[in-house]
Amino acid sequence: MDLDALALSLRLAGLTTLALLVLGLPLASWLAESRFRLKFLVEAVVSLPLVLPPTVLGFYLLVGLGPKSPLGRAFEALVGHPFPFSFAGLFGASVLYSLPFAVQPFTAALSGVDRRFVEASHALGVSRLETFARVTLPLAWPGVLAGAVLTFAHTLGEFGVVLMVGGNIPGRTRTLSVAIFDHVEALEYAAAHRTALLLLAVSFVVLAVVYGLKRPALFPWNAR
Amino acid sequence: MERALSFEIIRRYRRGPTVAASASWPLSKQPLTVLFGPSGSGKTTVLRALAGLDRPDEGTIAFAGETWFDGARKVFVPPQARGVGLLFQEGAVFPHLSVEGNVGYGLGRLGRNERAARVNELAGWLRIAHLMRRRPAELSGGERQRVALARALAPRPRLLLLDEPLSALDAPTREALRAELRSLLERSGVPAVVVTHDRAEALALGDRLAVLVNGTIKQVGPVQEVFSSPADVEVALVVGTENVLSARRVGGGDGLVKLRAGTADLVAVDPGGVEDEAFACVRAEDVVLEPDDGGHLTSAQNRLPGSVASRRDEGPLVRVFVECGVRLVALVTRQSAERLSLLPGRRVVASFKAQAVRIVPRPS
Repeated sequence: MDLDALALSLRLAGLTTLALLVLGLPLASWLAESRFRLKFLVEAVVSLPLVLPPTVLGFYLLVGLGPKSPLGRAFEALVGHPFPFSFAGLFGASVLYSLPFAVQPFTAALSGVDRRFVEASHALGVSRLETFARVTLPLAWPGVLAGAVLTFAHTLGEFGVVLMVGGNIPGRTRTLSVAIFDHVEALEYAAAHRTALLLLAVSFVVLAVVYGLKRPALFPWNAR
Repeated sequence: MERALSFEIIRRYRRGPTVAASASWPLSKQPLTVLFGPSGSGKTTVLRALAGLDRPDEGTIAFAGETWFDGARKVFVPPQARGVGLLFQEGAVFPHLSVEGNVGYGLGRLGRNERAARVNELAGWLRIAHLMRRRPAELSGGERQRVALARALAPRPRLLLLDEPLSALDAPTREALRAELRSLLERSGVPAVVVTHDRAEALALGDRLAVLVNGTIKQVGPVQEVFSSPADVEVALVVGTENVLSARRVGGGDGLVKLRAGTADLVAVDPGGVEDEAFACVRAEDVVLEPDDGGHLTSAQNRLPGSVASRRDEGPLVRVFVECGVRLVALVTRQSAERLSLLPGRRVVASFKAQAVRIVPRPS
Protein backbone atom coordinates (compact mmCIF):
# COMPACT_ATOMS: atom_id res chain seq x y z
CA MET A 1 0.00 0.00 0.00
CA ASP A 2 1.15 3.50 -0.73
CA LEU A 3 0.87 4.77 2.82
CA ASP A 4 3.71 7.23 2.26
CA ALA A 5 1.84 8.65 -0.69
CA LEU A 6 -1.41 8.81 1.33
CA ALA A 7 0.32 10.64 4.17
CA LEU A 8 1.88 13.06 1.72
CA SER A 9 -1.42 13.68 -0.06
CA LEU A 10 -3.24 14.32 3.22
CA ARG A 11 -0.51 16.64 4.44
CA LEU A 12 -0.51 18.55 1.16
CA ALA A 13 -4.30 18.85 1.09
CA GLY A 14 -4.49 19.87 4.75
CA LEU A 15 -1.81 22.53 4.44
CA THR A 16 -3.27 23.85 1.18
CA THR A 17 -6.71 24.13 2.76
CA LEU A 18 -5.27 25.94 5.76
CA ALA A 19 -3.29 28.31 3.56
CA LEU A 20 -6.34 29.05 1.45
CA LEU A 21 -8.44 29.78 4.53
CA VAL A 22 -5.85 32.30 5.63
CA LEU A 23 -5.30 33.85 2.19
CA GLY A 24 -8.67 33.18 0.61
CA LEU A 25 -10.96 34.65 3.26
CA PRO A 26 -9.51 38.17 3.15
CA LEU A 27 -9.42 38.00 -0.66
CA ALA A 28 -13.01 36.75 -0.79
CA SER A 29 -14.09 39.40 1.69
CA TRP A 30 -12.52 42.06 -0.52
CA LEU A 31 -14.17 40.58 -3.63
CA ALA A 32 -17.54 40.49 -1.87
CA GLU A 33 -17.43 44.09 -0.69
CA SER A 34 -15.19 46.14 -2.93
CA ARG A 35 -16.58 48.50 -5.51
CA PHE A 36 -13.19 48.83 -7.20
CA ARG A 37 -13.70 49.35 -10.92
CA LEU A 38 -11.07 46.85 -12.04
CA LYS A 39 -12.27 44.15 -9.66
CA PHE A 40 -13.32 42.01 -12.62
CA LEU A 41 -9.65 41.61 -13.58
CA VAL A 42 -8.83 40.20 -10.15
CA GLU A 43 -11.83 37.88 -10.41
CA ALA A 44 -10.64 36.66 -13.80
CA VAL A 45 -7.12 35.98 -12.50
CA VAL A 46 -8.45 34.10 -9.47
CA SER A 47 -10.59 31.92 -11.73
CA LEU A 48 -7.86 31.16 -14.30
CA PRO A 49 -6.91 27.79 -12.78
CA LEU A 50 -10.45 26.59 -13.48
CA VAL A 51 -9.95 26.79 -17.23
CA LEU A 52 -6.21 26.45 -17.71
CA PRO A 53 -4.75 22.97 -18.19
CA PRO A 54 -2.64 22.20 -15.13
CA THR A 55 0.32 21.83 -17.42
CA VAL A 56 0.20 25.53 -18.29
CA LEU A 57 0.27 26.56 -14.64
CA GLY A 58 2.97 23.98 -13.93
CA PHE A 59 5.03 25.16 -16.90
CA TYR A 60 4.96 28.80 -15.82
CA LEU A 61 5.80 27.89 -12.24
CA LEU A 62 8.78 25.85 -13.45
CA VAL A 63 9.98 28.68 -15.64
CA GLY A 64 9.18 31.49 -13.20
CA LEU A 65 10.50 29.81 -10.07
CA GLY A 66 13.10 27.51 -11.62
CA PRO A 67 16.74 27.72 -10.55
CA LYS A 68 17.54 29.95 -13.54
CA SER A 69 15.02 32.68 -12.74
CA PRO A 70 15.71 35.51 -10.26
CA LEU A 71 12.65 34.53 -8.22
CA GLY A 72 13.77 30.92 -8.13
CA ARG A 73 17.26 31.95 -6.99
CA ALA A 74 15.74 34.11 -4.28
CA PHE A 75 13.61 31.16 -3.14
CA GLU A 76 16.63 28.89 -3.07
CA ALA A 77 18.68 31.41 -1.10
CA LEU A 78 15.86 31.81 1.39
CA VAL A 79 14.72 28.19 1.85
CA GLY A 80 17.90 26.33 1.03
CA HIS A 81 16.65 24.18 -1.86
CA PRO A 82 15.17 24.88 -5.31
CA PHE A 83 11.43 25.40 -5.71
CA PRO A 84 10.67 22.66 -8.26
CA PHE A 85 10.64 19.01 -7.21
CA SER A 86 10.26 19.81 -3.51
CA PHE A 87 7.32 19.65 -1.11
CA ALA A 88 7.39 23.45 -0.83
CA GLY A 89 7.07 23.69 -4.59
CA LEU A 90 4.20 21.25 -4.57
CA PHE A 91 2.51 23.21 -1.80
CA GLY A 92 2.90 26.56 -3.61
CA ALA A 93 1.56 25.10 -6.84
CA SER A 94 -1.40 23.50 -5.04
CA VAL A 95 -2.36 26.75 -3.36
CA LEU A 96 -2.44 28.55 -6.69
CA TYR A 97 -4.20 25.74 -8.48
CA SER A 98 -6.92 25.39 -5.84
CA LEU A 99 -7.39 29.14 -5.37
CA PRO A 100 -10.75 29.38 -7.22
CA PHE A 101 -12.10 26.29 -5.45
CA ALA A 102 -11.70 28.14 -2.16
CA VAL A 103 -12.26 31.77 -3.13
CA GLN A 104 -15.41 31.31 -5.20
CA PRO A 105 -17.47 29.55 -2.52
CA PHE A 106 -16.03 31.88 0.12
CA THR A 107 -17.04 34.95 -1.89
CA ALA A 108 -20.52 33.57 -2.52
CA ALA A 109 -20.95 32.76 1.16
CA LEU A 110 -19.69 36.12 2.37
CA SER A 111 -21.76 38.14 -0.06
CA GLY A 112 -24.78 36.08 0.98
CA VAL A 113 -24.60 37.59 4.47
CA ASP A 114 -27.14 40.38 4.76
CA ARG A 115 -25.32 43.72 4.88
CA ARG A 116 -27.64 44.93 7.60
CA PHE A 117 -26.18 42.50 10.13
CA VAL A 118 -22.74 43.89 9.41
CA GLU A 119 -23.97 47.48 9.56
CA ALA A 120 -25.86 46.86 12.80
CA SER A 121 -22.64 45.53 14.29
CA HIS A 122 -20.64 48.56 13.13
CA ALA A 123 -23.24 50.90 14.62
CA LEU A 124 -22.93 49.01 17.90
CA GLY A 125 -19.31 50.10 18.03
CA VAL A 126 -17.74 46.82 16.93
CA SER A 127 -14.73 47.11 14.60
CA ARG A 128 -14.70 45.73 11.07
CA LEU A 129 -12.36 42.86 11.91
CA GLU A 130 -14.29 41.88 15.01
CA THR A 131 -17.55 42.10 13.08
CA PHE A 132 -16.09 39.71 10.52
CA ALA A 133 -15.22 37.24 13.25
CA ARG A 134 -18.43 37.60 15.29
CA VAL A 135 -21.07 38.09 12.59
CA THR A 136 -19.97 37.55 9.01
CA LEU A 137 -17.98 34.36 9.47
CA PRO A 138 -20.52 32.57 11.71
CA LEU A 139 -23.29 33.39 9.24
CA ALA A 140 -21.23 32.41 6.19
CA TRP A 141 -19.87 29.31 7.90
CA PRO A 142 -21.60 26.62 5.78
CA GLY A 143 -20.28 28.19 2.57
CA VAL A 144 -16.81 28.61 4.01
CA LEU A 145 -16.84 24.98 5.10
CA ALA A 146 -17.96 23.91 1.63
CA GLY A 147 -15.09 25.90 0.10
CA ALA A 148 -12.57 24.34 2.49
CA VAL A 149 -13.81 20.83 1.71
CA LEU A 150 -13.74 21.45 -2.02
CA THR A 151 -10.18 22.70 -1.69
CA PHE A 152 -9.17 19.69 0.34
CA ALA A 153 -10.77 17.21 -2.04
CA HIS A 154 -9.48 19.00 -5.10
CA THR A 155 -5.91 19.04 -3.79
CA LEU A 156 -6.17 15.38 -2.87
CA GLY A 157 -7.07 14.51 -6.42
CA GLU A 158 -4.83 16.85 -8.37
CA PHE A 159 -2.42 15.32 -10.78
CA GLY A 160 -1.11 17.47 -13.59
CA VAL A 161 0.41 20.28 -11.58
CA VAL A 162 1.85 17.82 -9.09
CA LEU A 163 3.60 15.91 -11.82
CA MET A 164 4.88 19.06 -13.54
CA VAL A 165 6.18 20.86 -10.47
CA GLY A 166 6.76 18.08 -7.99
CA GLY A 167 7.91 15.24 -10.16
CA ASN A 168 7.66 11.82 -8.61
CA ILE A 169 10.01 11.56 -5.63
CA PRO A 170 8.79 8.94 -3.14
CA GLY A 171 8.11 10.43 0.29
CA ARG A 172 8.71 13.98 -0.96
CA THR A 173 6.51 14.72 -3.91
CA ARG A 174 4.86 11.41 -4.78
CA THR A 175 1.18 11.87 -4.02
CA LEU A 176 -1.58 9.26 -4.28
CA SER A 177 -2.68 10.29 -7.73
CA VAL A 178 0.87 10.13 -9.05
CA ALA A 179 1.35 6.77 -7.39
CA ILE A 180 -1.66 5.41 -9.26
CA PHE A 181 -0.25 6.71 -12.52
CA ASP A 182 3.03 5.00 -11.70
CA HIS A 183 1.36 1.68 -10.99
CA VAL A 184 -0.59 1.77 -14.22
CA GLU A 185 2.52 2.66 -16.20
CA ALA A 186 4.23 -0.33 -14.65
CA LEU A 187 1.15 -2.52 -15.35
CA GLU A 188 0.73 -3.18 -11.59
CA TYR A 189 -3.04 -3.16 -11.82
CA ALA A 190 -3.62 -4.74 -8.41
CA ALA A 191 -1.61 -2.02 -6.68
CA ALA A 192 -3.30 0.64 -8.79
CA HIS A 193 -6.68 -0.77 -7.72
CA ARG A 194 -5.82 -0.63 -4.05
CA THR A 195 -4.53 2.93 -4.23
CA ALA A 196 -7.42 4.13 -6.38
CA LEU A 197 -9.89 2.55 -3.99
CA LEU A 198 -8.13 4.22 -1.09
CA LEU A 199 -8.41 7.63 -2.76
CA LEU A 200 -12.04 6.99 -3.61
CA ALA A 201 -12.83 5.97 -0.04
CA VAL A 202 -11.02 8.93 1.55
CA SER A 203 -12.69 11.40 -0.81
CA PHE A 204 -16.11 9.91 -0.20
CA VAL A 205 -15.73 9.92 3.58
CA VAL A 206 -14.59 13.55 3.60
CA LEU A 207 -17.57 14.66 1.51
CA ALA A 208 -20.05 12.49 3.42
CA VAL A 209 -18.90 13.88 6.75
CA VAL A 210 -19.34 17.42 5.57
CA TYR A 211 -22.75 16.93 3.98
CA GLY A 212 -23.77 15.03 7.09
CA LEU A 213 -22.73 17.94 9.28
CA LYS A 214 -24.47 20.55 7.17
CA ARG A 215 -27.74 19.88 8.91
CA PRO A 216 -30.14 22.46 10.28
CA ALA A 217 -29.41 21.22 13.80
CA LEU A 218 -25.89 22.55 13.46
CA PHE A 219 -26.83 25.63 11.47
CA PRO A 220 -30.33 26.44 12.69
CA TRP A 221 -30.29 29.88 11.13
CA ASN A 222 -29.93 28.29 7.69
CA ALA A 223 -32.99 26.10 8.12
CA ARG A 224 -35.49 26.89 5.46
CA MET B 1 -24.59 76.97 22.21
CA GLU B 2 -27.46 74.56 22.38
CA ARG B 3 -26.79 70.93 21.52
CA ALA B 4 -28.09 70.35 18.05
CA LEU B 5 -28.04 67.99 15.12
CA SER B 6 -27.24 69.82 11.90
CA PHE B 7 -26.59 68.36 8.53
CA GLU B 8 -26.28 69.06 4.89
CA ILE B 9 -26.24 65.80 3.01
CA ILE B 10 -25.63 65.78 -0.71
CA ARG B 11 -25.60 62.49 -2.48
CA ARG B 12 -25.88 61.89 -6.19
CA TYR B 13 -27.07 58.60 -7.60
CA ARG B 14 -25.76 57.78 -11.02
CA ARG B 15 -29.08 56.82 -12.52
CA GLY B 16 -31.50 58.52 -10.24
CA PRO B 17 -32.25 61.57 -8.22
CA THR B 18 -29.90 63.70 -6.18
CA VAL B 19 -30.49 63.96 -2.48
CA ALA B 20 -29.61 67.40 -1.12
CA ALA B 21 -31.11 67.55 2.33
CA SER B 22 -30.17 70.04 4.97
CA ALA B 23 -31.73 70.78 8.33
CA SER B 24 -30.86 71.49 11.91
CA TRP B 25 -32.72 70.97 15.14
CA PRO B 26 -31.97 71.08 18.84
CA LEU B 27 -31.52 67.77 20.62
CA SER B 28 -33.15 68.68 23.88
CA LYS B 29 -36.79 69.25 24.77
CA GLN B 30 -38.56 67.59 21.85
CA PRO B 31 -36.43 64.53 21.37
CA LEU B 32 -38.40 62.63 18.71
CA THR B 33 -38.01 63.83 15.17
CA VAL B 34 -39.85 62.06 12.38
CA LEU B 35 -38.29 62.19 8.96
CA PHE B 36 -41.37 61.93 6.83
CA GLY B 37 -41.76 61.59 3.11
CA PRO B 38 -42.98 59.33 0.33
CA SER B 39 -40.83 56.37 -0.71
CA GLY B 40 -37.93 57.44 -2.88
CA SER B 41 -37.73 60.86 -1.28
CA GLY B 42 -34.31 60.18 0.24
CA LYS B 43 -35.23 59.41 3.85
CA THR B 44 -33.07 56.34 4.07
CA THR B 45 -30.15 58.12 2.39
CA VAL B 46 -30.27 60.77 5.10
CA LEU B 47 -30.55 58.20 7.88
CA ARG B 48 -27.67 56.10 6.57
CA ALA B 49 -25.50 59.18 6.24
CA LEU B 50 -26.30 60.15 9.83
CA ALA B 51 -25.38 56.65 10.98
CA GLY B 52 -22.11 56.73 9.07
CA LEU B 53 -23.03 53.72 6.95
CA ASP B 54 -22.76 55.75 3.76
CA ARG B 55 -20.53 58.64 2.96
CA PRO B 56 -22.28 61.58 1.30
CA ASP B 57 -20.66 63.07 -1.78
CA GLU B 58 -20.60 66.49 -0.20
CA GLY B 59 -21.84 68.33 2.86
CA THR B 60 -21.43 68.32 6.60
CA ILE B 61 -22.91 66.51 9.57
CA ALA B 62 -22.47 67.87 13.06
CA PHE B 63 -23.81 66.37 16.26
CA ALA B 64 -23.71 68.35 19.51
CA GLY B 65 -20.69 70.31 18.38
CA GLU B 66 -18.78 67.29 17.01
CA THR B 67 -18.11 67.07 13.31
CA TRP B 68 -19.16 63.66 12.03
CA PHE B 69 -18.68 64.44 8.39
CA ASP B 70 -17.19 67.29 6.43
CA GLY B 71 -16.83 66.70 2.71
CA ALA B 72 -14.57 69.70 2.13
CA ARG B 73 -12.17 68.91 4.98
CA LYS B 74 -12.37 65.16 4.34
CA VAL B 75 -13.59 64.38 7.83
CA PHE B 76 -15.52 61.14 8.23
CA VAL B 77 -16.20 59.61 11.61
CA PRO B 78 -16.91 55.87 11.17
CA PRO B 79 -20.15 54.46 12.61
CA GLN B 80 -18.26 52.73 15.42
CA ALA B 81 -17.20 56.10 16.84
CA ARG B 82 -20.51 57.96 16.49
CA GLY B 83 -22.40 56.29 19.30
CA VAL B 84 -25.63 55.89 17.40
CA GLY B 85 -28.26 53.23 17.99
CA LEU B 86 -29.69 51.84 14.79
CA LEU B 87 -32.95 50.03 14.25
CA PHE B 88 -33.71 48.59 10.84
CA GLN B 89 -37.08 47.84 9.33
CA GLU B 90 -36.81 44.17 10.12
CA GLY B 91 -34.58 44.52 13.14
CA ALA B 92 -31.58 42.70 11.71
CA VAL B 93 -31.33 40.71 14.92
CA PHE B 94 -28.30 38.41 14.64
CA PRO B 95 -29.79 35.00 13.80
CA HIS B 96 -26.87 32.99 15.19
CA LEU B 97 -27.03 34.51 18.66
CA SER B 98 -29.58 34.09 21.42
CA VAL B 99 -31.69 37.07 22.44
CA GLU B 100 -29.33 37.56 25.36
CA GLY B 101 -26.32 37.47 23.03
CA ASN B 102 -27.98 40.02 20.80
CA VAL B 103 -28.80 42.49 23.56
CA GLY B 104 -25.30 42.21 25.02
CA TYR B 105 -23.56 42.32 21.63
CA GLY B 106 -22.44 45.94 21.79
CA LEU B 107 -21.31 45.76 25.40
CA GLY B 108 -17.91 44.20 24.74
CA ARG B 109 -16.13 46.88 26.71
CA LEU B 110 -18.00 46.15 29.92
CA GLY B 111 -17.00 43.48 32.39
CA ARG B 112 -19.04 40.30 32.62
CA ASN B 113 -21.12 41.41 35.63
CA GLU B 114 -21.78 44.90 34.36
CA ARG B 115 -22.81 43.48 31.00
CA ALA B 116 -25.24 41.02 32.58
CA ALA B 117 -26.71 43.82 34.70
CA ARG B 118 -27.23 46.09 31.70
CA VAL B 119 -28.77 43.25 29.64
CA ASN B 120 -31.17 42.46 32.49
CA GLU B 121 -32.10 46.08 32.89
CA LEU B 122 -33.06 46.35 29.22
CA ALA B 123 -34.81 43.00 29.23
CA GLY B 124 -37.07 44.16 32.03
CA TRP B 125 -37.64 47.47 30.44
CA LEU B 126 -38.62 46.11 27.03
CA ARG B 127 -40.43 43.12 28.53
CA ILE B 128 -38.31 40.49 26.82
CA ALA B 129 -36.87 38.87 29.96
CA HIS B 130 -38.76 35.64 29.25
CA LEU B 131 -37.19 35.39 25.78
CA MET B 132 -33.52 35.66 26.70
CA ARG B 133 -32.57 32.07 25.87
CA ARG B 134 -34.44 31.96 22.58
CA ARG B 135 -33.11 32.24 19.06
CA PRO B 136 -34.43 35.03 16.83
CA ALA B 137 -36.04 32.47 14.49
CA GLU B 138 -38.37 31.54 17.36
CA LEU B 139 -39.58 35.10 17.92
CA SER B 140 -42.53 36.96 16.48
CA GLY B 141 -41.99 40.12 14.46
CA GLY B 142 -42.92 42.37 17.35
CA GLU B 143 -40.66 40.52 19.77
CA ARG B 144 -37.81 40.78 17.30
CA GLN B 145 -38.20 44.56 17.09
CA ARG B 146 -38.14 44.78 20.88
CA VAL B 147 -34.93 42.77 20.95
CA ALA B 148 -33.44 45.00 18.25
CA LEU B 149 -34.39 48.10 20.22
CA ALA B 150 -32.90 46.66 23.40
CA ARG B 151 -29.71 45.86 21.52
CA ALA B 152 -29.53 49.39 20.10
CA LEU B 153 -30.14 51.01 23.49
CA ALA B 154 -27.79 48.78 25.48
CA PRO B 155 -24.53 50.67 24.78
CA ARG B 156 -26.25 53.96 25.75
CA PRO B 157 -26.24 55.63 22.32
CA ARG B 158 -26.28 59.39 21.99
CA LEU B 159 -28.69 59.30 19.07
CA LEU B 160 -31.18 56.68 17.97
CA LEU B 161 -31.92 56.18 14.30
CA LEU B 162 -34.98 54.14 13.38
CA ASP B 163 -35.65 53.17 9.78
CA GLU B 164 -39.36 52.37 9.32
CA PRO B 165 -39.31 50.47 12.60
CA LEU B 166 -42.85 49.18 12.34
CA SER B 167 -43.50 48.72 8.66
CA ALA B 168 -42.49 45.06 8.49
CA LEU B 169 -44.99 44.09 11.19
CA ASP B 170 -48.55 42.87 10.70
CA ALA B 171 -51.25 45.44 11.37
CA PRO B 172 -52.33 44.51 14.93
CA THR B 173 -48.74 44.17 16.16
CA ARG B 174 -47.83 47.41 14.44
CA GLU B 175 -50.58 49.33 16.17
CA ALA B 176 -49.81 47.87 19.56
CA LEU B 177 -46.10 48.58 19.29
CA ARG B 178 -46.65 52.01 17.79
CA ALA B 179 -48.53 53.12 20.86
CA GLU B 180 -45.80 51.78 23.11
CA LEU B 181 -42.80 52.90 21.09
CA ARG B 182 -43.25 56.57 21.84
CA SER B 183 -43.21 56.11 25.58
CA LEU B 184 -40.26 53.71 25.32
CA LEU B 185 -38.30 56.24 23.28
CA GLU B 186 -39.29 59.07 25.56
CA ARG B 187 -38.24 57.18 28.66
CA SER B 188 -34.91 56.26 27.14
CA GLY B 189 -34.07 59.97 27.06
CA VAL B 190 -32.13 59.46 23.84
CA PRO B 191 -32.94 61.85 21.00
CA ALA B 192 -34.25 59.86 18.06
CA VAL B 193 -34.79 60.25 14.35
CA VAL B 194 -37.54 58.01 13.00
CA VAL B 195 -37.90 57.51 9.27
CA THR B 196 -41.39 56.70 8.08
CA HIS B 197 -43.78 57.15 5.19
CA ASP B 198 -46.77 56.30 7.37
CA ARG B 199 -48.86 59.27 8.58
CA ALA B 200 -50.20 57.49 11.61
CA GLU B 201 -46.68 56.55 12.63
CA ALA B 202 -45.46 60.11 12.16
CA LEU B 203 -48.31 61.45 14.26
CA ALA B 204 -48.02 58.83 16.96
CA LEU B 205 -44.27 59.06 17.39
CA GLY B 206 -43.02 62.49 16.50
CA ASP B 207 -42.59 65.69 18.44
CA ARG B 208 -41.08 67.26 15.41
CA LEU B 209 -41.68 66.54 11.76
CA ALA B 210 -39.14 67.01 8.98
CA VAL B 211 -40.78 66.60 5.61
CA LEU B 212 -38.62 65.28 2.81
CA VAL B 213 -39.76 65.68 -0.79
CA ASN B 214 -37.58 64.76 -3.79
CA GLY B 215 -34.42 64.68 -1.73
CA THR B 216 -34.93 68.05 -0.06
CA ILE B 217 -36.15 68.82 3.43
CA LYS B 218 -39.03 71.19 2.82
CA GLN B 219 -40.23 71.91 6.31
CA VAL B 220 -39.25 71.21 9.89
CA GLY B 221 -41.59 71.98 12.76
CA PRO B 222 -43.86 70.64 15.46
CA VAL B 223 -45.96 67.78 14.10
CA GLN B 224 -49.31 69.51 14.31
CA GLU B 225 -48.01 72.72 12.85
CA VAL B 226 -46.55 71.00 9.80
CA PHE B 227 -49.79 69.11 9.23
CA SER B 228 -52.04 72.14 9.66
CA SER B 229 -49.94 74.70 7.84
CA PRO B 230 -47.76 73.01 5.27
CA ALA B 231 -45.10 75.32 3.87
CA ASP B 232 -46.07 74.72 0.26
CA VAL B 233 -48.21 72.61 -2.02
CA GLU B 234 -45.67 69.77 -2.15
CA VAL B 235 -45.63 69.44 1.62
CA ALA B 236 -49.41 69.68 1.70
CA LEU B 237 -49.65 66.81 -0.78
CA VAL B 238 -47.26 64.69 1.22
CA VAL B 239 -48.79 65.24 4.65
CA GLY B 240 -52.29 65.04 3.17
CA THR B 241 -54.18 65.56 6.38
CA GLU B 242 -54.47 69.25 7.16
CA ASN B 243 -56.45 69.09 10.38
CA VAL B 244 -54.58 67.43 13.18
CA LEU B 245 -56.37 68.30 16.38
CA SER B 246 -55.09 67.54 19.86
CA ALA B 247 -58.02 65.85 21.50
CA ARG B 248 -58.98 64.12 24.70
CA ARG B 249 -61.45 61.30 25.05
CA VAL B 250 -64.59 62.36 26.88
CA GLY B 251 -66.89 59.45 26.23
CA GLY B 252 -68.01 56.85 23.77
CA GLY B 253 -70.18 53.90 23.01
CA ASP B 254 -71.96 52.30 20.09
CA GLY B 255 -68.67 51.99 18.22
CA LEU B 256 -68.13 55.71 18.41
CA VAL B 257 -65.81 57.80 20.50
CA LYS B 258 -66.44 61.34 21.72
CA LEU B 259 -63.50 63.67 21.94
CA ARG B 260 -62.94 67.24 22.96
CA ALA B 261 -60.55 69.34 20.88
CA GLY B 262 -60.20 72.89 22.14
CA THR B 263 -63.77 73.72 23.09
CA ALA B 264 -65.27 71.71 20.26
CA ASP B 265 -66.78 68.28 20.68
CA LEU B 266 -66.09 65.71 18.00
CA VAL B 267 -67.53 62.32 17.22
CA ALA B 268 -65.42 59.70 15.49
CA VAL B 269 -65.53 56.01 14.73
CA ASP B 270 -63.75 54.30 17.61
CA PRO B 271 -60.55 52.62 16.38
CA GLY B 272 -60.03 51.11 19.86
CA GLY B 273 -57.16 51.84 22.17
CA VAL B 274 -58.06 55.49 22.73
CA GLU B 275 -57.65 55.99 26.43
CA ASP B 276 -56.94 59.62 26.89
CA GLU B 277 -54.90 61.77 24.56
CA ALA B 278 -55.17 61.33 20.82
CA PHE B 279 -54.90 63.20 17.57
CA ALA B 280 -58.09 63.63 15.58
CA CYS B 281 -57.25 63.98 11.90
CA VAL B 282 -59.58 65.35 9.25
CA ARG B 283 -58.66 66.07 5.67
CA ALA B 284 -59.47 69.59 4.57
CA GLU B 285 -61.47 68.36 1.59
CA ASP B 286 -63.77 66.42 3.94
CA VAL B 287 -64.86 69.55 5.77
CA VAL B 288 -68.10 71.02 4.41
CA LEU B 289 -68.92 74.68 5.06
CA GLU B 290 -72.49 76.01 5.12
CA PRO B 291 -74.09 79.23 6.25
CA ASP B 292 -75.02 79.35 9.94
CA ASP B 293 -78.77 79.75 9.44
CA GLY B 294 -80.30 77.52 12.06
CA GLY B 295 -79.34 74.05 10.96
CA HIS B 296 -81.06 71.56 8.77
CA LEU B 297 -81.00 67.83 9.01
CA THR B 298 -77.82 66.08 7.83
CA SER B 299 -76.14 62.76 8.42
CA ALA B 300 -72.87 64.40 9.42
CA GLN B 301 -72.26 63.78 13.13
CA ASN B 302 -69.92 66.73 13.51
CA ARG B 303 -71.42 70.23 13.13
CA LEU B 304 -69.23 72.97 14.52
CA PRO B 305 -70.48 76.56 14.36
CA GLY B 306 -67.81 79.22 14.03
CA SER B 307 -66.51 81.99 11.84
CA VAL B 308 -64.06 82.31 8.98
CA ALA B 309 -60.67 83.45 10.26
CA SER B 310 -58.82 83.81 6.98
CA ARG B 311 -58.61 82.34 3.50
CA ARG B 312 -55.93 81.54 0.98
CA ASP B 313 -56.71 81.21 -2.72
CA GLU B 314 -55.02 78.30 -4.47
CA GLY B 315 -56.10 78.40 -8.11
CA PRO B 316 -59.51 76.78 -8.47
CA LEU B 317 -59.57 75.98 -4.74
CA VAL B 318 -59.69 78.08 -1.63
CA ARG B 319 -58.23 77.08 1.72
CA VAL B 320 -60.51 78.48 4.39
CA PHE B 321 -59.44 78.68 8.02
CA VAL B 322 -62.39 78.48 10.38
CA GLU B 323 -62.37 79.27 14.10
CA CYS B 324 -64.96 77.00 15.72
CA GLY B 325 -63.67 76.24 19.18
CA VAL B 326 -60.74 74.68 17.45
CA ARG B 327 -59.05 75.85 14.29
CA LEU B 328 -60.12 73.92 11.20
CA VAL B 329 -58.98 74.06 7.60
CA ALA B 330 -61.51 73.47 4.83
CA LEU B 331 -60.73 73.14 1.17
CA VAL B 332 -63.58 74.37 -1.03
CA THR B 333 -63.90 75.40 -4.65
CA ARG B 334 -63.63 79.05 -5.51
CA GLN B 335 -67.21 79.02 -6.82
CA SER B 336 -68.52 77.80 -3.46
CA ALA B 337 -66.40 80.35 -1.64
CA GLU B 338 -67.90 83.12 -3.76
CA ARG B 339 -71.45 81.84 -3.42
CA LEU B 340 -71.21 81.65 0.40
CA SER B 341 -69.09 84.85 0.48
CA LEU B 342 -66.54 83.16 2.70
CA LEU B 343 -64.68 86.21 3.94
CA PRO B 344 -63.10 86.71 7.36
CA GLY B 345 -65.79 87.17 10.01
CA ARG B 346 -68.50 85.26 8.11
CA ARG B 347 -70.49 82.91 10.40
CA VAL B 348 -70.45 79.34 9.11
CA VAL B 349 -70.97 75.79 10.26
CA ALA B 350 -68.16 73.34 9.55
CA SER B 351 -69.40 69.78 9.25
CA PHE B 352 -67.88 66.40 8.58
CA LYS B 353 -68.87 62.80 9.09
CA ALA B 354 -67.67 60.71 11.98
CA GLN B 355 -65.98 58.41 9.46
CA ALA B 356 -63.91 61.31 8.14
CA VAL B 357 -62.16 61.63 11.50
CA ARG B 358 -59.10 59.44 11.90
CA ILE B 359 -57.97 58.88 15.44
CA VAL B 360 -54.32 58.30 16.27
CA PRO B 361 -53.90 57.40 19.94
CA ARG B 362 -50.97 59.18 21.49
CA PRO B 363 -50.29 58.24 25.07
CA SER B 364 -48.42 61.02 26.78
